[in-house]
Amino acid sequence: MSKYQVNDNGYYGDFGGAYIPEMLYPNVEELRQQYLAIIQSAGFQEEFDQLLRDYVGRPSPLYLAERLSDRYGANVFLKREDLNHTGAHKINNTIGQILLAERLGKKRIIAETGAGQHGVATATVCALKGLQCVVYMGAIDIQRQAPNVARMKMMGAEVVAATSGSKTLKDATNEAMRDWINNPVDTHYIIGSVVGPHPYPDMVARFQSVISAETRKQLLEKTGRETPDYAIACVGGGSNAAGMFYHFLDSPEVKLVAVEAAGKGVESGESAATTVLGREGVLHGSRSLLMQTDDGQVVEPYSISAGLDYPGIGPLHAWLHKTKRATYASATDDDAMQAGLLLTQLEGIIPAIESAHALAQLEKMTFAANDNVVVCLSGRGDKDLDNYMKYFGF
Amino acid sequence: MMNRIKNLFANKGDKRILSIYYTAGYPTLNSTVDIAEALEKAGVDFLEIGFPYSDPVADGPVIQHSSEMALRNGMTLDVLFDQLKDLRKRVNIPVFLMGYVNPVLQYGVENFCKACAAVGVDGTIIPDLPMYEYEEQYQTVFETHGLSNIFLVTPQTSEERIRKIDRLSTGFIYLLSSSATTGKNLTVSENTESYFSRIRAMELDNPTVIGFGISNHDTFVHATDHADGAIVGSAFVKLLDDPEYSTKIAPFIQQLSPSVP
Repeated sequence: MSKYQVNDNGYYGDFGGAYIPEMLYPNVEELRQQYLAIIQSAGFQEEFDQLLRDYVGRPSPLYLAERLSDRYGANVFLKREDLNHTGAHKINNTIGQILLAERLGKKRIIAETGAGQHGVATATVCALKGLQCVVYMGAIDIQRQAPNVARMKMMGAEVVAATSGSKTLKDATNEAMRDWINNPVDTHYIIGSVVGPHPYPDMVARFQSVISAETRKQLLEKTGRETPDYAIACVGGGSNAAGMFYHFLDSPEVKLVAVEAAGKGVESGESAATTVLGREGVLHGSRSLLMQTDDGQVVEPYSISAGLDYPGIGPLHAWLHKTKRATYASATDDDAMQAGLLLTQLEGIIPAIESAHALAQLEKMTFAANDNVVVCLSGRGDKDLDNYMKYFGF
Repeated sequence: MMNRIKNLFANKGDKRILSIYYTAGYPTLNSTVDIAEALEKAGVDFLEIGFPYSDPVADGPVIQHSSEMALRNGMTLDVLFDQLKDLRKRVNIPVFLMGYVNPVLQYGVENFCKACAAVGVDGTIIPDLPMYEYEEQYQTVFETHGLSNIFLVTPQTSEERIRKIDRLSTGFIYLLSSSATTGKNLTVSENTESYFSRIRAMELDNPTVIGFGISNHDTFVHATDHADGAIVGSAFVKLLDDPEYSTKIAPFIQQLSPSVP
């Protein structure tokens, strides 16, 4: 078995596990015992593939961005997750988890959301399957992301404001976990990233791994080689990066680059660069890297991008960082905004600010002329227009 | 040190054991030991002192609030152990520390256990430290320092798992009245009755104490009809909001458990 796969105890090397109160044990244990059998069953695979194809619009294109390639002196391919239904990679995971929840006989779905992309993707699949949906969202994020709140409500979801702590993603996750504790029998919690207690990180990574599975095939067609020289993705909790890296983990010739949000600068005190600022700790059910005080209190992160504004990182990433299988870089708010504008002007694609962090990394790298570089364009920027307008004064 | 808790249950006779939870450093940074002393005087049998965490997922609004205020007041594990230096000069009843695992990891598990033992803490309740991890990485060091780690049981916990918890426990077993965050009211239903009876019928080696949702005399009596004791948390923490709380501790305990002198 690959050293980058989760082991039987739910660990990636030193990271992972299931640090959950007893109240969540039956739910998490039920998932742990059943998730592999369910997602590997023929019926599940067939419905998952069919929905990804006919509903989400997969495979997402692998686009050779020529003007971007000229600028960086390499072949830059964009994996177009932004073209998925609901506008980001998040739907790959929510489709998988809703099919799993159905098979577990769950009647009620809960989720946390930051910018609202995962909340929208969850509300979408609940509408599709006719299941009750409750989305927890920080009170501050509800104000910042009104259009996504409206989308969720139109699809029949109840959006509940998390009013504790900093009133953002971390607090929304706390509220979702409290809901699950109070509703231990009929409810499934759709976590949106490769975080949480085992088996969530592995399960979400598997659902997102369609990104790199398709990329291998598409690269073979376009370049004659299944693997790129570089695969680059942004990391908050790390789900699109996990999906982009998954089928390249055991191809050591592929250099994996993850880009965290440096906010106003890694050392500015307003940052979300967990691999630099974090230490080993436990949050939301797994042992990983975590931004925290000496006393073990979680530190509030900051990024202009709500989707990267998380004080931890999935345990798979903590392990890839520790083993140096992947390189963890960072991009500031300014780097990302400039990279977002550049893509818009060179290619006519407005990226999500999250994905713009991955694009910003291209500016800092030097490539050989024939290098093939794949960047995961994890989401589209429609939701960020307000931010772009304010930043550039359009 | 485990003797304090063992003796309590061994010698309790018909007594209904009452335990109180409160958060260290709340309402004021230095109120921790004064409250402990007042609770012992009021007749409480053992204490759970919470050390605050920024992300208390198993807690409802009241204990979330007390934790947040305690952190703002400057409470840390370092400060707490310093406050507890003279604990055993002032308080004789068993004391457990209750909190989340991350502050313990940062303090260092070994250092944490040493500090607990040094100040006379009898044991710990760490809800997000699951049994598997405890056995793998923590049990030896906890036992070396004579600490009794308490595990939770919910209505959904399987019999097999309860048996395992019984084997691993050295003080008591913490029965949650329902699967819930703290601060909800205990509602007596056929389900809770059959759950409590099921646990009683198992004839566990360890005493049982019911917590979560115990807030007044009726729920206290109901809980202790089914178990050796009961724990009151949120209802007491709410009382501490009152600026005059120090005069209200004794009457509060009196109305919960009037049999206490």
